[in-house]
This record gives sequence, structure tokens and C-alpha cells, in this order.
Amino acid sequence: MHNVKYKFPAGVAAAALLALGVAACSGSSDSGSSSNLSGNIRIDGSSTVAPLTEAIAEGFQSENPDVKVTVGTSGTGGGFEKFCAGETDANDASSAIDGEQKKLCKEGGVEWEEIQIANDALSIVVNPDNPVKCLTVDQLSSIWEDGSGLSNWNEIKGLSPSYDAELTLFGPGTDSGTFEYFTEAVNGEEGNQRKNYNNVGEDDNQTVTGVSGAPGGMGYFGYSFLVENEGTVRGLEIDNGDGCVAPSEKTVQDGSYTPLARPLFIYPSAKALNDKAFDQFMRYYLDNVNDVASSIGFIGLTDAQLSENKKKLDSLISG
Amino acid sequence: MASLSGQPGSGRVRFATDGARAVTAEMLSEQPRRDLVKGTIFFALLLLALTVALVGLAAIIIQAAVNGAPAISPTLFTNGPSTINPSEAGFRPALIGTIYLILGVIVLVVPLGVGAAVYLEEYGDREKWWNRTIELNVQNLAGVPSIIYGILGLAFIVRGPLDLGFILAAGSLTLALLVLPTVILAAREAIRAVPPSIREGSLALGATQWQTIRRQVLPAAIPGVVTGVILAISRAIGETAPLLLVGAATFVTFNPTFLGDNGYSALPVLIFNYASRPQDEFRVLASAGVVVMLVVLLAMNSFAIWLRNRYEQQW
Repeated sequence: MHNVKYKFPAGVAAAALLALGVAACSGSSDSGSSSNLSGNIRIDGSSTVAPLTEAIAEGFQSENPDVKVTVGTSGTGGGFEKFCAGETDANDASSAIDGEQKKLCKEGGVEWEEIQIANDALSIVVNPDNPVKCLTVDQLSSIWEDGSGLSNWNEIKGLSPSYDAELTLFGPGTDSGTFEYFTEAVNGEEGNQRKNYNNVGEDDNQTVTGVSGAPGGMGYFGYSFLVENEGTVRGLEIDNGDGCVAPSEKTVQDGSYTPLARPLFIYPSAKALNDKAFDQFMRYYLDNVNDVASSIGFIGLTDAQLSENKKKLDSLISG
Repeated sequence: MASLSGQPGSGRVRFATDGARAVTAEMLSEQPRRDLVKGTIFFALLLLALTVALVGLAAIIIQAAVNGAPAISPTLFTNGPSTINPSEAGFRPALIGTIYLILGVIVLVVPLGVGAAVYLEEYGDREKWWNRTIELNVQNLAGVPSIIYGILGLAFIVRGPLDLGFILAAGSLTLALLVLPTVILAAREAIRAVPPSIREGSLALGATQWQTIRRQVLPAAIPGVVTGVILAISRAIGETAPLLLVGAATFVTFNPTFLGDNGYSALPVLIFNYASRPQDEFRVLASAGVVVMLVVLLAMNSFAIWLRNRYEQQW
């Protein structure tokens, strides 16, 4: 009674194999060419920077349809791991390459260059009901440093006005460039941060939800999340010795929002810079980045930063 | 005469009927009320369990559909991703990536899973320690977190011995490893459920063991195997973490291929990325993406269920 039926799996397998074959064939036949540039560009790295690189890639591809640009989001550290193994052409980074990553690239024989593409204000956010407007860097550090036992806002030294609410902390995972930058800038050492906080991983929207739901909530993330959630959470002003400064496009660009204004980078490999399509992509990036940046929540480069990085790119490409 | 011959028998009969009556009376008197209550509570608990599962599923579907509603349109299936213009963004490259990934998984996992199951059930001698070790390990592998398979895939498939690079086929292989234990376990159950009488009958008629397996056991096991495959693809389609490790990108505007080394994307990866963006438009897109993924999953599973029903049979 099974004689007819048993043949069917073979048919399914054949159909699947056929589909595989068709797929493989359609892949090998690259068609059409309206621009003289072609090639593949692989970029990975920070999920903070990715939207900017994606927007640039989108614009670039509409002008050069034969250049296939892909952008991944393995995080700054995860991206460098691939970049330093020669597996990607460039790495998005929300914090500058560190010693360990430099060593990794040296071992992998990958020469890297650093191009700044935008600015970001790492923003400290609290619940809108919180009366506190400003914290000093020392106060911030006393809350977040490794071993800190603070559990209520009224335990923070020199806080004004005083506020009695349980301190509920939200922060990104330890793989994130945002974590690296914050811990170094506030606690003086990369990775130095108390362990008992709510780790939201790569999903900063969880910080928004968490902070808006807890009267004594506090968290930190990139400026774009503050802009999009103004009213749900409130950005704190930061006092680094020269008075309270709020995170904003202006304070970041004039250099007064310290120490949490941070540069965002892309790290192209020297090998990729030998490729004409990639060079054009990098030029396109710097030519258009400021137009795109503010519309998707990034803080653009200042004129000085822009011309400096353009000059750097020029010398890298010609040299 | 009836009384004579029935005398010894009627004693036994009376004994039996008395016993039965006693038991029935006992069951009908006090026990039933308590048992009835217990039975009702148990039934209610079962219903509750079912309701929780279904309500959870319904909540996910409704939430995704409601949140994603503004973005749901045919262009979701035809357009590529866009950061500049999220209202025009679609999931086409990621959708095609996911379909290829799952096709690859099925092609890899069915022969491997069924093969392993046939060995363990039909050939493997359970007295031997290595077969018991294999069995134990297959069961353990089914519980290993997916990120571990991602690391394995990165080290052995993308780099290392296989050195395939960050291609879609490497993603398929990794996902296939991830769901292989599920398929093996389901296929074993299916093979075990084939009555021994079928095998014995076949062997008695002179068929070899292989002929018996091929002509009798495997066809009868198809429904069970298909169930295993449904479970496997349902799990594989939603996996994000291992795919991120083995190179699935978020921003891919062209249709991926199995072996193309210029990158690929997959639905869960793009959904995860969109869901963690600050702008509302992308979170709406993420919800719409969930709907797209559910459509793909339901389409694949309906086909599998149709297939299973076609081969289902009673013994």
C-alpha cells in the first residue's frame, strides 16, 4: 500500500534541489550596468552608526547600482573582530579603536584608517517627574562606578534639589561601544561599571520604557534616542567643572558638552582603499553625511572636522 | 437441572456480581463527587493551559498587526530596506534571504535527520555504549542555546575547516545544525511508532532489512517526520543571534543567493534591527516585518501540514 507513496519524498527533494540550482544560477549572472563603478562593499560594526552608513549606502547605490553595499550590526567590538580578520572592508564604530582591537588587527595583518563621520551626545536620561536638572561628573561616577552601593537618589552627595526615589539604572550591554565610551569617560576606565543595573543589551528602547516607568529611573544612550523620546524621558545636564550643559547639537559641536560628546567613526581598511568603488563610496560619505545626519537623529560634523577628514581621506586615496 | 448444574457456578457468579456491585456502589456513592470535582478542576486547568498558550499567540499576532498596520502594504514584499525613506521600505531581500535559508535547512536536515533516526532506531544496538552516547548527546544538543551554534558556525563553517565565508549557505548550514536534533528526535518517534508487525510481515515475505525500511517503515513515518520538520523550520525561521554571528547583514538592497559572497540578510535580523531604532517609523516597520514573517511561516507550515495529512494513516 505504500508503493505509490514512498516516491513522494524523492520528488520533494528534487524540487528543492532544483530551487537551489535556479538560485545558484541567478546569482552568477550579474546583469545591467548603468554606472561604470561595480563591486562589493561590506561594512559591519556599531549598531549606533549603522543607520547613518545605511542612509549613505542607499544614496550611493541609487547613483551606482552595480556597487553592492551591505551593512551589518555586530556591534563595534564584534565588527572589529571581523574587520581585523580581513572579512569586511570597513567598520562602523561608536568609540575609537582600543588597544586590544589594534592588536587584533595587527595579528590579522589589516591596516586601518580612522575617519570621523558624525558626532553624538551620549545622553543621561531620567524620569520626567525627577526634579533634578543637573549632575556633576563626580556624582554620575559615584552612581555608576564599579562597587557603587547607591540605591536611592537621596544618597547622592551634594544633590540639589533632594529627591527621594529608588535609583533604578538602565544601561547597554558590555559589547556596546556606548558602554565602552561611557565607562571610560565617566568612571575613568573602560569597562568599569557597577554590575547591578538593568542590562538592556543592544535595545535602547528598553531604557526608554524602563526609565519612563520608574520615578527614580536613570539610563544612558545615544542622542537620537533622546530626540525621539523627549517628553517620555528627560535629558540631564552635565557639569564637568564649567557649569551645567545640556546635550544638544550646539553644545556638542562647540565642544562644551564634555565629557560625553563623542565622535562616531568609520574605519576603512587600507586594502579596501585601493578599490575605486570603495574610494568613491567614502568620498560620497563625507560629501553627504551632514545632509543626512540630522534627519535621522545624528549630530553632523563641524566645518573644521569635515574639512580635516576630507583632507585625510584625500591623502589616503591618492597616497 | 438449572439449579443443579448451576449450583457451583451460581456461587461464583454471585461472588463476582457481589464484588462488581460493591465496586460500582462504592464508585457511585462518595467517590464520584470528589472525583467529579477533581476531574472538573483538572479539565479547567487543561483549558487554562491551552488558553494561556493561545492568548499569548493571539496577543503577539494582534499586536504585530495593529502596530504594523500603517506600514502593511504590498510594497513590503517588493521593496528593499530604506533608512532615508522608511515609508517606502520593504523586506524583499530579507524575505528572499529567509526563504533560501529555510530551503537550505530543509534540504540539509531531512536526509541527515532521517538518516540518523533510521540508524538509531533500526540498526543501532542499544547495548553498545557508543549508541547510547549518541542518543544522549542528540537529546542534549536539542537544548543547547542557539548562540552556541552561531559561534560553532562562525568558527567551523564560516572560518576554520569549511571556510565558506559569510555566505547564505553558511547560514543555512548553521541553522540546520541548530534544528537537526529536533528532526532526529521527531523522526525517531515516527519510526518507532510504525508497528513491529509491519516490519515482521515484510521480513517474513523475504524483504531485506533495507527494503523493509525503504518500502514500509519510511513511508509510514512521513507524517511524523514532517511534524518534526515543521517544528524545525518554525524555530529556524525566527533565529537571529546565530545569523548575526555567521554574517547576516541588516542592510542589503539586492536579492541574495546561496553562494554569493556579497552578503545576505534575513527577516528576523532586519526586524531586530528596526525594533531597536529610535524612530517610530522603524518600530512600525518591525511590527509589519513580524506580520511578513508570520505569513511566510504559515505558508510553509500549511504546505507541510497538507503534506502530512496526505500521508497520515491508521493502522
